[in-house]
Amino acid sequence: MPATEIQEQAVVGVDRYLAEFERFRRERAGEPAGLQALRRAAIERFADLGFPTLRQEEWRLTNVAPIVQGTFHWPQGDPGAVAPGLIAPHVFDAAARLVFVDGRFSPRLSSVGELPAGTIVASLAEILARSPGLVEPWLARSAKFDRHPFVALNTAFLSDGAFLYIPRGAVTGPIQLLFLSAGEAGRATLSFPRNLFVADESSQTTIVETYAGEGAYFTSPVTELFAGPGAVIDHYKVQRESLAAFHMATFQVQGERACVPSSHSISIGGALVRNDVNAVLDGEGIDCILNGLYFGDGRQVVDNHMRVEHAKPHCASHELYKGVLDGKSRAVFNGLIHVHKGAQKTDAKQSNRNLLLSRDAIANSNPQLEIYADDVKCTHGSTVGQLDEDAVFYLRSRGIGAEAARSLLTYAFASDIVERIKVVPVRRDLEEFLFARLPMGEVVRQAV
Amino acid sequence: MLEIRNLHASVEGNEILKGIDLTIQAGEVHAIMGPNGSGKSTLARVLAGQDAYEVTGGQVLYEGKDLLDMDPEERAREGVFMAFQYPVEIPGVGNTYFLKAALNAVRKHRGLPEMDALEFLKMVRGKMKLVQMEESLLNRPVNEGFSGGEKKRNEIFHMAVLEPSLCILDETDSGLDIDALRVVSDGVNALRSQNRSFLVITHYQRLLNYIVPDRVHVLVDGRIVRSGGKELAFELEEKGYSWLEVAREPAAQPVGA
Repeated sequence: MPATEIQEQAVVGVDRYLAEFERFRRERAGEPAGLQALRRAAIERFADLGFPTLRQEEWRLTNVAPIVQGTFHWPQGDPGAVAPGLIAPHVFDAAARLVFVDGRFSPRLSSVGELPAGTIVASLAEILARSPGLVEPWLARSAKFDRHPFVALNTAFLSDGAFLYIPRGAVTGPIQLLFLSAGEAGRATLSFPRNLFVADESSQTTIVETYAGEGAYFTSPVTELFAGPGAVIDHYKVQRESLAAFHMATFQVQGERACVPSSHSISIGGALVRNDVNAVLDGEGIDCILNGLYFGDGRQVVDNHMRVEHAKPHCASHELYKGVLDGKSRAVFNGLIHVHKGAQKTDAKQSNRNLLLSRDAIANSNPQLEIYADDVKCTHGSTVGQLDEDAVFYLRSRGIGAEAARSLLTYAFASDIVERIKVVPVRRDLEEFLFARLPMGEVVRQAV
Repeated sequence: MLEIRNLHASVEGNEILKGIDLTIQAGEVHAIMGPNGSGKSTLARVLAGQDAYEVTGGQVLYEGKDLLDMDPEERAREGVFMAFQYPVEIPGVGNTYFLKAALNAVRKHRGLPEMDALEFLKMVRGKMKLVQMEESLLNRPVNEGFSGGEKKRNEIFHMAVLEPSLCILDETDSGLDIDALRVVSDGVNALRSQNRSFLVITHYQRLLNYIVPDRVHVLVDGRIVRSGGKELAFELEEKGYSWLEVAREPAAQPVGA
């Protein structure tokens, strides 16, 4: 596609969002001045940035033209009216569950059980309406929109999502946030879920964000996590969007001294998917884990962009991302570890491994290190390869069929990420997905 | 049991097997000896069905059926087993689980019911004793981090579990110290029966002190140049391979070279 054409479409797309913002803003004239100013700054930044093009380094392998050209609508109907069949496969027995439909909170589908005193698990829209002062110190403080058009759009249009506050020393069970996109009467919907998680000193929690849906839609969530000193946060993002969906997400982690944030990103669905994960380790002794598993088939495009900033000494970050690509799918992995001056004794590891199951699948892997301290241990590596034919033959020579052997080895490739998932229902769901997705999955089920 | 007729095979266009004839009856142990590069391992791999080798001529009948027409897994299910010279490490696939899937695939093919986990474990414990395998190796991924000896023992363990009719041992003795060699050989000998045949491929006569063959064949440059009883192995040990080689073929080297 010629560059000029993209450029022209981008202008059309941007204009539409700018016009939409004017209407959106007028409807929210009563909002606190700070929030209004934030939205305005974000939309102005978006107007400057425009949609990304292939000429920008951060986007050179991921063409967002289908989003720019697409026509999407704000959801109109009752968010509680979603078909139960759409929800059931994704929910599990959690300490609290918030359900959002096309970006809007559905109290009817949500339930919050007993939680430690002072814990808040609520809809961001409700908090913004009732007590905006609660979120004001945090909202948009770490997820920067100055360089990222989709974060800018999300910030301009943010209206609902989850707000979690875990008080000092509190320990909670798993909290599930389920984001469903259903489309309405054949119209593709648009949503900008905005999540804000604040984990106070020495608290401990597990958060599962699940994205799923039916039909065509565009969703662009932004999640900010503030991990206080010594907080232990296990975060899971399960992206199982419909295969016609566009999903452009950013997860921003801001960590203080000795916190232990871990992120597990499972990316299975979507036609065009981008997951930005940024972690700023802004205190000594932080131990940050970033794991990911992505699956692509058909013409799916999945782009994982990671950025880990070691801002203070004695922090560790361990990243392991694995991808399995079939059909004509395409994956991009871009991982940057940035070690600031003075961040001595940094221990940073990054690994990206891709398994190509077809001739037409493509993986681009680009690990990067930027190191401005002189006493650090940083390693990175990436591989793109096929199944080991010797291993396939070995399995076949023991009586395992060719398809089952390939599936077994594919499963084995993914298994170390699967095994690191500590929330049992999330792990089971992923295993079930793999057994269903892989040919002769029943043999794999028996053999693992 | 096995009848090989005028078998020719090549790899990447180079002819390695240049007309092999060999017949193994049920219950017999045949040894194939030969210098490096003579085609011993090629023969084993062609029989197991590795597709890097192209069969360019000849025929192999296994229990009267055309072996070369079968996929590797079909051969395994029909009762052909090859113990690999270099067993493959398979991270992420547990040794026991994998073996259970393999056994059930074989049993299904033979019209037997699948074994449940309890039955399987009981059977497996018995077979482990045959090769003095440590239980910890059961729970590890297939061959991952196993020592050379443990890998070879694991091969014989697989063989014991799958109970094949034709066992091909591809240089199972290579890299084993004398204790490990004894353990592996004892395992093999315990599996000898009148319904089971063995094709033992080795470079050295040493193995045949423990696994005593009924017949010994010498393979040189893709052809069997001599066959005899077990005493042929001793003769080879004494004289080296060179006395059997055609003078104009320098590729083959004497034993111990």
